[in-house]
Amino acid sequence: MATQQTRSIARFMMAPSVILLFVWMIVPLLFTLWFSLLQYNPLNPIRDGFVWFDNYKLFYSNPAFLYSILNTLTIVVSVLVITVVGGILLAMLLDQPIWGQGIVRILVISPFFVMPPVAALVWKNMIMHPQYGVFADIARFFGAQPIDWFGQHPLTAIILIVAWQWLPFATLILLTSLQSLDGEQKEAAEMDGAGFLSRFWYLTLPHMSRAITVVILIQTIFLLSIYAEILVTTNGGPGYASTNLPFLVYQKALLEFKIGQASAGGVIAVILANIVAFFAMRAVGKNLDK
Amino acid sequence: MARAVTTQHKTIATAAAWVVALLIFFPILYTIITSFKSEQEAIQGFNLIPSGTFESYSEVQQQSGYFKFFFNSVLLSVGSTILALIVAIPAAWSMAFSPTKRTKDILMWMLSTKMMPAVAVLFPIYLIFRDSGLLDSRIGLTVMLMLINLPIVVWMLYTYFREIPGEILEAARMDGASLWNEIIYVLTPMAVPGIASTMLLNIILAWNEAFWTIRLTTTNAAPLTAFISSFSSPQGLFWAKLSAASTLAIAPILIMGWFSQKQLVRGLTFGAVK
Repeated sequence: MATQQTRSIARFMMAPSVILLFVWMIVPLLFTLWFSLLQYNPLNPIRDGFVWFDNYKLFYSNPAFLYSILNTLTIVVSVLVITVVGGILLAMLLDQPIWGQGIVRILVISPFFVMPPVAALVWKNMIMHPQYGVFADIARFFGAQPIDWFGQHPLTAIILIVAWQWLPFATLILLTSLQSLDGEQKEAAEMDGAGFLSRFWYLTLPHMSRAITVVILIQTIFLLSIYAEILVTTNGGPGYASTNLPFLVYQKALLEFKIGQASAGGVIAVILANIVAFFAMRAVGKNLDK
Repeated sequence: MARAVTTQHKTIATAAAWVVALLIFFPILYTIITSFKSEQEAIQGFNLIPSGTFESYSEVQQQSGYFKFFFNSVLLSVGSTILALIVAIPAAWSMAFSPTKRTKDILMWMLSTKMMPAVAVLFPIYLIFRDSGLLDSRIGLTVMLMLINLPIVVWMLYTYFREIPGEILEAARMDGASLWNEIIYVLTPMAVPGIASTMLLNIILAWNEAFWTIRLTTTNAAPLTAFISSFSSPQGLFWAKLSAASTLAIAPILIMGWFSQKQLVRGLTFGAVK
């Protein structure tokens, strides 16, 4: 029973959060929209002016922009596939009765708590370094030529690092979901003679479907804006081989000071994120009704 | 009837799980091991037994003043979390206990702000920070981190508060408790566990935030994320030092993280998976 008084108190208590978030979201976004229609370079102000949608035309005339979108999507999709498939397998393994389950869980979840620059630098220098890295040691042990990961396969290297960071997250959430699966259902299926594969396909997978959806959506939000991992490993190179959209926007804005182009990139990033957000909202929103 | 587990099955599962877990943990383990090597040892090929020297740790502090960055990280993550809690607790409280038709929309909208990519507002924020003298200031970055994590904080608190039975509040009201008494004596004791978990998760997220903390700082306010990123251009051999700095940077949060696995699932899935 909400009276008029409690309702106005409620509104008053909500106001700071709502106003803060509104201002923080809307004001800079309007700036970005406005900048994206300008030619604006603080280093070379003579040519500044209103150019309508010229900045957006770069997205199909300048290969850097096209590359960056392709790379962004490649990172998102590859990491999702690795972490979701790997996460399902790992969750099913950890769901078995094993000795030392607590410690195993701690070991598996750990990479998620490693800050991105540390994760990237450790992989770059200690694991993937073509001379001193562990991968190089392993390759030499088998008499093979060590791979120059960041020179030859920069995007693959970044995908590996990011997947390492997010696999624990997927595993933890899928494991949580798996543990809520009714044991009796599993037994009943087993009694009825359902094999491992059909049990997995008709019982386990449908049970995990919501957790899988949540993992995909949340990871996509974060994966669309991978930044530090690229900054400390390849710096976007060689060429544009590992530049994603956030990194390109950063380069254009803070290194080249091409604010108009950077802003157009930012707007595209918002549109990409909104497409994802649309689906994310529906999935999370459904849960709210319960 | 519980399913009988054969010892053989358990042995195989245990072996497989431990192998996979150790592989996943290996980069962290190897970093810790390397941090106790000398620079010479660190590049002499694969070796799991360090000589046990602490020289890298003292060098990291002497050459680059590690503890300044550490202190900034603590200040920024704890400060922004407390700020976020101050703003979010009333909001989450009112949404959980006096929901209106629009509560759900507001929650959704808050979540949507979290989905806005940071780069989309990079330059305007940079301008605002530069023109108001907030670049490389601890206050500016604290507010920034607070805003970034505010939606998650509101959401997490909301899911916890919603589980507090409303009848208890009504009973307290019937007995004539004022709003203030209601908050102090009835609500707070029940809400503290939820607030603590929210705080824990949010400190972890703020500690590891690696876009704004790198871009909006140079030296004064730079936390560990910015400090570690400065190692990306190698000068000479620095494997052991990098390992020592990395170990120090991740240790506190790793330990906190181990204790907050359950809350992590809940907080990051916005209550959708428990």
